[in-house]
Amino acid sequence: MTETTTAPSGPSGPLAKILTPSRASGLRTSGTTLASSLLAVIIALGISAVMLFITGKDPVTAFTTIIDTAQNTDKLLEMMRRATPLIFSATAVAIGFKMNIFNIGVEGQYLFAALMAAEAGSHISLPGPLHIAAILAVALISGAAWAGISAFLKVRKNIHEVISTIMLNYIALSFIQWLFNSFFRDDSVEGLNIKTTIIEESGRLPDLVEGRLNSMFIIALVVVAIFWVVVYRSTFGFKLRASGYNATAASTAGISATKMTVIALLLSGAVAGLVAMQSVLGETHAYGPSATPIQLGFAGITVALLGRNHPVGIVIAALLFGFLDSTSAQLQLADVPNSIVKVMQAIIVLTVVIVNEAAVRRTNIKTAERARAELAAGSGA
Amino acid sequence: MSSTPAVELRGIGKRFPGVIANYDVDLNVRAGTIHAIVGENGAGKSTLMKTLYGMQEPDSGTISVEGTERRFKSPGDAISAGIGMVHQHFMLADNLTVLENIILGSEPGRRGIIDDTQARTRIEDIMSAISTDLDLDMPVSELGVGERQRVEIVKVLFRGARILILDEPTAVLVPEEVDELFVTLSSLVNDGATVIFISHKLDEVLQVSNDITVMRQGTTVAETTPENIDRSGLAELMVGSELPSPAGRTSDIKDDVRLNVENLTVMGVEGRPAVDGASITIRSGEIVGIAGVEGNGQYELCAALLGLMPSTGTVTVDGADLTKATTRQRHDAGLAYIPFDRHREGLMLNAPLWENTLLGREDEDQFGKGPLVDAASIRAYTVDIIKRFGVLTPNETTPAFALSGGNQQKLIVGRTLTTNPGVLVAAHPTRGIDVGAQAAVWDEIRRARDNGMAVLLVSADLEELLGLSDSIAVMFDGSITATLNPDDVTASELGSYMTGAHEEVAS
Repeated sequence: MTETTTAPSGPSGPLAKILTPSRASGLRTSGTTLASSLLAVIIALGISAVMLFITGKDPVTAFTTIIDTAQNTDKLLEMMRRATPLIFSATAVAIGFKMNIFNIGVEGQYLFAALMAAEAGSHISLPGPLHIAAILAVALISGAAWAGISAFLKVRKNIHEVISTIMLNYIALSFIQWLFNSFFRDDSVEGLNIKTTIIEESGRLPDLVEGRLNSMFIIALVVVAIFWVVVYRSTFGFKLRASGYNATAASTAGISATKMTVIALLLSGAVAGLVAMQSVLGETHAYGPSATPIQLGFAGITVALLGRNHPVGIVIAALLFGFLDSTSAQLQLADVPNSIVKVMQAIIVLTVVIVNEAAVRRTNIKTAERARAELAAGSGA
Repeated sequence: MSSTPAVELRGIGKRFPGVIANYDVDLNVRAGTIHAIVGENGAGKSTLMKTLYGMQEPDSGTISVEGTERRFKSPGDAISAGIGMVHQHFMLADNLTVLENIILGSEPGRRGIIDDTQARTRIEDIMSAISTDLDLDMPVSELGVGERQRVEIVKVLFRGARILILDEPTAVLVPEEVDELFVTLSSLVNDGATVIFISHKLDEVLQVSNDITVMRQGTTVAETTPENIDRSGLAELMVGSELPSPAGRTSDIKDDVRLNVENLTVMGVEGRPAVDGASITIRSGEIVGIAGVEGNGQYELCAALLGLMPSTGTVTVDGADLTKATTRQRHDAGLAYIPFDRHREGLMLNAPLWENTLLGREDEDQFGKGPLVDAASIRAYTVDIIKRFGVLTPNETTPAFALSGGNQQKLIVGRTLTTNPGVLVAAHPTRGIDVGAQAAVWDEIRRARDNGMAVLLVSADLEELLGLSDSIAVMFDGSITATLNPDDVTASELGSYMTGAHEEVAS
């Protein structure tokens, strides 16, 4: 050391030099996320191929079938149709995840909302758009109300939301069955296909592509866009994320944990209320135990995980799951069992989680080292 | 004493893309000594210790342990070479007992059955060798900071370490615990172990070490011994400038009361009051220090003032009664807080600095565009804080975890003081940060004080308390047991008040 430098007191010379290259760090992080997700999907496909081979199926045929499906417009529309409820479901889960709240109760919330919205929709008659808006409003409010029970229990009785939302799923199923059988069932319909009274024409959301894809897909994309703006750009979203990053620091900074918990769960429940709206508004125009799709709430947790709770990630993950679902019929024709698709979905999620965890750790370590090293070099310059 | 050095580093270099973190580092640690490594944050101490503990491989240079050249690819390699690390942030499982924590990861026993008796005997041996005593069956959650640290030390020794690296071990301790630690360290070296002690507290280094190596800007700049150098000489080697001092109490205390606390009581977990009827009045331009051994109600006092814990009694700021106010309403009334634990209470470590600046200030009009965050404005504001408070960081988008403790603290101080608070509750504002950052934080607090801010200063650093405070209140067992004039009291007298030895209340 020949120079006599004083302790660096501000980001003058050396720091100015450093400022430019590191600006890219945000981009670099999302690049890493995308790359690692792609890598995970490729690894998952590899594992699936091995599995197919072991079970005596021909992986080449299976993958050819998948690729063929991807070139079929009808199948792509089918993919979007199947992705629609998953986008709502995953967004509902992601809203909770953003502040470390685990809403496992999307299943119960959306089924309750579906019944209430279908029933309410069959009783009201309003001009078209208003009728649809009213049904959507009932769905939003019903979903939020059901999730609100968990919010109340968490805030007032200190009951963890994982426990209350899971339990409320069971309660929801029984409660819905009772409501349906006792009050809401359309007695004129007999047999297996029992439903609530069919909603009038004015309360039906038109298809985007006749018979293939309902406009609900557009609403799903709009909701995701709103989710992005609210969570990543709004002051409210900042408070939500701050509570998720570090709840203690957030409350020390005066952000009320109670208030944020309640709002997050209500919002999550409201979005969950939209999950079955494609079915209610666009397909069956009613609620029915066998007509309304089930299990989408749990699938939403997986999709949110795969999409890393990010709006873009959620859309991509939902489309991927929708695509894999839509290939299952085709695969069965090619003598590949339907269950292989579920297994592939599970493998993809597991590998994405593992690969991402590794990537995030590596990025974090590198970021920290780079920052320290840049400064060490900066002050020595 | 053997002539073979316990650790010998020659020409260690470590570069990261485009930069050099360590270069030409030479270190010679004699066996059976306490060897201090001093330097400011960012001087390369952490990089060097990571290299020695196998957390990263150096690009150049050699590492020899007890005469044998080694290459460490992982901490496991370093551990098997007899090197152990006591981290600054303890790595203990709270709900396990002391014994379970010590043996965790190297449980003695066979076929999956832990040999409790063997473990106990070995731990008792280790503890008697370093003349320390721990209740092995107590859950770690019930231990104080000093005891937790001793658990860490015993744990490292249990794994067979002969060379211990202690990273800023005194940063979290009160004076009494520091003395106990030094007794433990002396026993360790008497027992043949070697201690590498990383610190920037110069008095402690001079008191406890046999040899001192000074690092600056990525390399070792000097080797010396406590006999050959004094505090200011060491400081000059370290920072290349004079040692800052907290002194300079020229404050002009006005008449207007900014913070008035009357009969504040906070109930503790066991039904005993954690704060028992505390009354404090702070005027404009005044700094009131709170002295006390940690855990005597200081945290609860601050938490209650900020509305983070339920309490009885009254709190007024600038005449406004805040007794029933929420935390945010208290912030808005001009009550600001530099928290005890910056990682737990102050920062979102994974978030960029500008989001950390926004924390607590997100509702201010200047940072919002309607319901949206005005990112450009808060980022520009953060850049200003970075410049004004000398936060060393590549830029405002760097995540908080990438900064050194001192720079994290400077950001918190900046975020807090730029709200121009009327009353500042500052808890350990310079804990665990280097001398340069310490001076900067003191300067900023003094400047705000001179502009009329009232300060409640909680600190374990007696020098800081005596230097900055206009009066010092001693907290013992939840009560304010004495109010002292810093001009009339020495650090050792203050220490005896803190342990409850003095009971009378001075005027």
